[in-house]
Amino acid sequence: MSTIPSLNTQDRLRLYRFMRQSRAVEDAAWALSSQGRLIGRLYTGHGQEAIPVGMTYALQPEDVIAPMYRDMGAHLVRGVKPVEVFAQYLGKRQSNNKGKDSGLHIGDMSRGIVGMISVLPDSLPVALGVALAFKLRAEPRVALTTFGEGSTSTGAFHEAVNMAAVMKVPLILICENNGWALSTPPAREYGGQSIVARAEGYGIRGVQVDGNDVEAVYSAVRAAADRARSGGGPTLVECLTMRMKGHSIIDAAEYVPREQLAEWAARDPIQRYRAALEAEGLWDEGQEARLSAELSDEIDRAIQEADAMEDPQPADVYEGVFA
Amino acid sequence: MSERIITYHEAIREALREEMEDDARVFLIGEDIAVYGGVYKLTEGFLEQFGPERVIDTPIAENAIIGAATGAALMGLRPVAEIQFADFLTCGFDPLVNMTSTIHYRWGQPVPLVVRAPAGATWAMAGPFHSQSPEAWFAQIPGLKVVIPATPADAKGLLKSAIRDPNPVIFLEQKFLYRRLKGPVPEDRGFLVPLGQAAITRPGRDLSLIAYGTMAFKCLEAAALLAAEGIEAEVVDLRTIVPWDKATVLASVARTGRALVVSEAHHTAGFGAEIAATIAEEAFDQLDAPVRRLSGLDTPIPAHPVLEAEYLPDEKKIAAAARDLAGW
Repeated sequence: MSTIPSLNTQDRLRLYRFMRQSRAVEDAAWALSSQGRLIGRLYTGHGQEAIPVGMTYALQPEDVIAPMYRDMGAHLVRGVKPVEVFAQYLGKRQSNNKGKDSGLHIGDMSRGIVGMISVLPDSLPVALGVALAFKLRAEPRVALTTFGEGSTSTGAFHEAVNMAAVMKVPLILICENNGWALSTPPAREYGGQSIVARAEGYGIRGVQVDGNDVEAVYSAVRAAADRARSGGGPTLVECLTMRMKGHSIIDAAEYVPREQLAEWAARDPIQRYRAALEAEGLWDEGQEARLSAELSDEIDRAIQEADAMEDPQPADVYEGVFA
Repeated sequence: MSERIITYHEAIREALREEMEDDARVFLIGEDIAVYGGVYKLTEGFLEQFGPERVIDTPIAENAIIGAATGAALMGLRPVAEIQFADFLTCGFDPLVNMTSTIHYRWGQPVPLVVRAPAGATWAMAGPFHSQSPEAWFAQIPGLKVVIPATPADAKGLLKSAIRDPNPVIFLEQKFLYRRLKGPVPEDRGFLVPLGQAAITRPGRDLSLIAYGTMAFKCLEAAALLAAEGIEAEVVDLRTIVPWDKATVLASVARTGRALVVSEAHHTAGFGAEIAATIAEEAFDQLDAPVRRLSGLDTPIPAHPVLEAEYLPDEKKIAAAARDLAGW
């Protein structure tokens, strides 16, 4: 296996900033949603930020991702601006979905982002097809998709992983095992000890990582990408993490034991990474304060700018059913 | 334009072969299509001509076949997916309904793919799981086009148009017609039949028989029976179900004043109901008789030939219904 180049200081500070930006955008969206201003329901990735940031940062710009609704950081790393995210949340006419769909259902092939749908595991076969296109054209590119442990119970998961294994396509399968599929815990979702154990049955490589360690995610995905690019086929990466909010903003998640939340709060991916950077002398309170102010300002301006955009017009409903 | 007489089956083979020869983006994906050549041997020889990168055998996984075709289409390829029997489209229904059909509406990316599937009953004991006509399921889904050819020329020209179309197209081949029906097909490689245009396949003044696929063929047989009795039936072959050619249907009904809509799919909520309702809404004052429908029964499609014959409309049943309508 190839050696993973170590992250330099600039990379590490960028990983931190993307995670902070992701949470700041989602905190602001939470506030807007609480005021009833969002089009559609809000789903966030609180507590899971290390996964989308680390995995997307490990890819090349020409690679393609098919992320899900917990993956704000994936969009930000791909260059989606906060104003574009808020335009989506507010259902604006200039938004990616033009008000016809909302939230993180952003799709933009110019940035290598396949738009998700609410049937989450449907992204797996589509990402498989993206990877198949790379293989057919002999391009050194990889496709990556994400899903929760809940999605692994579906037929779409099995069909896609099995076919990807048979075809040996350059596909990275990221399972964000966050402990809860709405109200269903892992013990009621699957019979085995882990998701990654299935990799052996499919005949593909599988790795399990601490999903709250951004550099661990980065390294695992970078290794999977190198392997896929050189013809080694798919890798299943199970990232262990915790959903720190409800399934959506209207889910109070009273079924989640308080001790579980407390335990994972102590492993918060952002606080952990900040502490690590500070311990190495790469970050301090002054920088933290400046970053907070910068993000706060960026998000305020993004919301204002998005809010000023036009709403859809009734006639827009007819546009775009067919190309 | 010079023509040859070839089968419906050979016409589809020609369309696939020519599009693959002329456009490197076109590839085939499905179960048993490469080494085995497809259960109807439709892609026999394609593996040898185009290689395993463009003629891809898959595991049994219709959801993943359709999802993968969608992903490849997003990357600029032109996948033609084969689902072994239209009955098995159910196993890939979710991505078509929720993912593939909504992408352009939601984020503006075209999804140029074709899903081919042999559909319809065959008068050959195919039974409940190899005989269905699922066009109405897909006609309910905005963003999907649905094509059902009834002649060799249309099979070739419509399939080539479907492959070149920037949208997802469900192409329901009529397995009853594969080897039974021969007809003239232009030799010109540029020959196309546009999607969304019906054809008047037999002109007549007394009533309109409106159908598609195998039933459009059966309507021609019925029209010949009726002509012997002095009843001149006009046959309208829709050719495309979505978008369907309302104008040609309404113009025919305006000429004849009587409409019999024929389909082999189940009667209730079939696509024939949509055609009949549209005629009633938009041509009521042109009608000399109620709009009538003749369809398959609201039962699963049985295997025994006695039962299957009871299930299916045929030329005699069509002629009987037409006779009744003409005398109304």
